[in-house]
Amino acid sequence: MTAEAQPLPNRTLLKLVAAAGLILLVSIVVPSLIGTYQLQLVIYGLIAAIAALGFNLLLGYTGLLSFGHSAYFGVGAYSVAFVVAHLGPHSIEFYLLVGIPIVAITSALFGYICVRHTRIFFGILTLAISQVLYSLALSLYWVTGGSDGLRVPRPALLLGLLDFSGPHGFQLFIRSYYYYVLGVFVVCVVLMWVIVHSPFGKALQGIRDNEVRARFLGLRIRRFRWISFLVSGTFTGVAGILWVPLNGLTTPDVLYWTFSGEIVFMALLGGFRNYTGPIVGGLVFTYLKTYAVASTEYWQLLLGVVLVTLVLVLPTGIVGAISRAGQRLVRRNAVK
Amino acid sequence: MAILAIQILNSLLYASVLFLIAAGLSLIFGVMRIVNLAHGSLYAVGAYVTAWLAGRGIALGVPLGWLFLLLPLGALSVALIGIVIEPLLLRPFYRRAEEYQLLVTFGLLQILEDLMRLLWGGTPLSADTLIDALPILRIGGLFYPAYNLFVIAIGIVAAVILWAAIYHTKFGVMLRATSQDRRMASALGLNVGLVYVVAFGIGCFMAGLGGAIVVPTQAAVLGMGVDALVIAFVVVVIGGLGSLKGALVGAIVVSFVRTAGIQFFPELELAALYLIAALVLLVRPTGLFGTA
Repeated sequence: MTAEAQPLPNRTLLKLVAAAGLILLVSIVVPSLIGTYQLQLVIYGLIAAIAALGFNLLLGYTGLLSFGHSAYFGVGAYSVAFVVAHLGPHSIEFYLLVGIPIVAITSALFGYICVRHTRIFFGILTLAISQVLYSLALSLYWVTGGSDGLRVPRPALLLGLLDFSGPHGFQLFIRSYYYYVLGVFVVCVVLMWVIVHSPFGKALQGIRDNEVRARFLGLRIRRFRWISFLVSGTFTGVAGILWVPLNGLTTPDVLYWTFSGEIVFMALLGGFRNYTGPIVGGLVFTYLKTYAVASTEYWQLLLGVVLVTLVLVLPTGIVGAISRAGQRLVRRNAVK
Repeated sequence: MAILAIQILNSLLYASVLFLIAAGLSLIFGVMRIVNLAHGSLYAVGAYVTAWLAGRGIALGVPLGWLFLLLPLGALSVALIGIVIEPLLLRPFYRRAEEYQLLVTFGLLQILEDLMRLLWGGTPLSADTLIDALPILRIGGLFYPAYNLFVIAIGIVAAVILWAAIYHTKFGVMLRATSQDRRMASALGLNVGLVYVVAFGIGCFMAGLGGAIVVPTQAAVLGMGVDALVIAFVVVVIGGLGSLKGALVGAIVVSFVRTAGIQFFPELELAALYLIAALVLLVRPTGLFGTA
């Protein structure tokens, strides 16, 4: 936090770029090292990371805990499903083109209502509004397919250049889709980095830390929160858009409020006070949940225990704990 | 006409169960400033324990009338869980940010939901023999179980007792003092820790009682707690979080809207409820009777 407050010194920036380059290099060679199933998991993880990254603009940087982010993920997923059913072209670019405006409009609308409140009421209001969508998705079955949901076939990538209808289509799709999602993920990470380090992002953090002082400085608090909500919801919506072709199906479950709880869980697991926290959290949570579901029927119990222990013992999350341990190490070396 | 009467009775039945859940939620928030996301699951635990005990009781050949004693037993068991949870899990969080309190209760919700599945399995647990223990009434040519009237009566009695306890006893004064200013109450020599445990216990007892009295009319199923929590939120948002009167009015409003919704616009019934809640929050942020 303190390092980010000042303009980054050249050496730190260099280190940062080097680390990012290394991670990127590893992620590019990953598909040739692991099988299709594992790769699929990584894609799910990246998508969860995008969702949590968007969510954290609200929690970590604006200080608003939304318990209804499933709504934007679900709106993204359902808008893709509607596009498939009614408009035709099975192309992921087309999904994004149609889906992002829908998600942005939805978040703008819901955000306008929700940012009138803060703290606990904000949480309850976001939850209530997301439940409106859930109950509509469940009961308007002639539009949404009810609890059966809507099917979404494998789309073509890169404006139809890559088509996956032939034999071995699935493996090929997963492999190409990995790179596609990775690309979108990198764009999202860079974009969010720019946002939180821009004057706008600084203003959000100022509002989070001291609302009264921010108001005295002349900041229009509600508008800042509203835009933050809009950006946050849109990022999470993009995650929903990317998720649905991979999953092949969207059901009302992605709109239910416990899924919002999972997004909160991801941010906390990684650490919502760090920029990279939600990214790590999204990836780790995906693995945690997959293995918990595979190894025991009572995976929810396991996740609950992890969550409670985490909040009790490790409130700064994985990244927070690592960075603190790192700082301690540096300080010890400096003393020597 | 008879149908209308029965629909009104059904609404009141639903209202009294909702009131029990929402009043517990509201009481806990009012005193401890914690929104307990696991509250619905505690209600479900009450339902499961009662249904399970009733099943045992019938197997052992306990006379039907005696089975009614199981209702407070189911509620008490939930209160016991609450008394264990509060010092163990919630107490470390009073001084920390609200986010952590929400998360810890969300974790608790996940744990409780799966524990119920572990203990009682996926098949619904029913206790409808309790309905048979009371006569079936005839209202204008239609049949209506007297048990439903019993539930409504319990709701009314619980509301009166709670109101009397909060506004006309010494403990009620302590409760309200702690709710208004925890540090001042502590400085004046109140044992705030004890007040918190008791308040949380009472809140859990009410949730458990709601579950216990509802289970004969509808079986205990997985997920009933998670659904109930969201409806209870609607109730407290309409009535005002932390207000007893609000919980009562909210429960009545929600149950009548729901009954009418199922009758006239079944697809939009739930959506209508959430929309009402959102509207109330917009117009009166603290709900109809809230002060928080």
